[in-house]
Amino acid sequence: MRFGVVVFPGSNCDQDCFNVIQNVMKQPVEYVWHKNTKLDHFDCVIIPGGFSYGDYLRCGAIARFSPIMNSIIKFANDGGLVIGICNGFQVLLEAGLLPGAMLRNKNLHFICKFVELKVEATDTPFSSGYKKGQVLRIPIAHNEGNYYIDDKGLAELKNNNQIVFRYVDNPNGAVDDIAGIVNKNRNVLGMMPHPERSSEQELTSVDGLGVFTSIVEWLERRSK
Amino acid sequence: MFEAEIKITLKKTVADPQGLTIKHALESLGQKGISEVRMGKFVKMKLEAKDKAEADSQVSEMCRKLLANPIIEEYSFEIK
Repeated sequence: MRFGVVVFPGSNCDQDCFNVIQNVMKQPVEYVWHKNTKLDHFDCVIIPGGFSYGDYLRCGAIARFSPIMNSIIKFANDGGLVIGICNGFQVLLEAGLLPGAMLRNKNLHFICKFVELKVEATDTPFSSGYKKGQVLRIPIAHNEGNYYIDDKGLAELKNNNQIVFRYVDNPNGAVDDIAGIVNKNRNVLGMMPHPERSSEQELTSVDGLGVFTSIVEWLERRSK
Repeated sequence: MFEAEIKITLKKTVADPQGLTIKHALESLGQKGISEVRMGKFVKMKLEAKDKAEADSQVSEMCRKLLANPIIEEYSFEIK
């Protein structure tokens, strides 16, 4: 299964994602510079965390107009798997691939720590390896992770079972404790916590690995 | 040549933790009677357009497409 890791100027979790796919998952993976627009040969595209374009204007707002974004939108609309982690989630929101927007953390602090997440939906390509209600220990590291969506949008997320991860103890003020969501078609995931930083025992938690094993298993099932 | 001054703030329905913190700081300085403190962004630019109406529609489009996020923000601008 071929993975692409998108690199914007200011991405800084790209190597962590690359490492997990290559050395832990043992899957082929390539970096994709944001000026590149060819994604056809990938099964899954990862938009990593970081500070794309220095977080100027709004987090993800400038990256959204990078040449690669039109290709990512097309890739997603054609059913390709896309996962945006942290800044990658913010980019997906700005691009309109996922609903809602990010506000500054309620306490105005940059929060960098392990948090507990509850798995809410397992019928997605990114979470099928978990059990519903399972609690994961995965770190967050962000200043703008306070997910916002209006009441109507929230009702829609709930009705379609699009909320994949919720914080057990909400660290940032996010609406309805939301930490990760999928789109209606369930092939685009955005999450603020970093599964790539919790996929090896050396990093004290392997709870994030399930995201990547779920993806590979789902792709293998699809290709059969 | 026109000059545009654009203000972007969070919508009234969206909580503004920065505005709230500024309000608390002002109150700790002894300032009384303040409410609804909102923190926003200010963008200033020069632009070429054949008349004010064209400048107006250009700035309006820039606000909608990039400068403001309509899910959480609202904007207003003045063209001189």
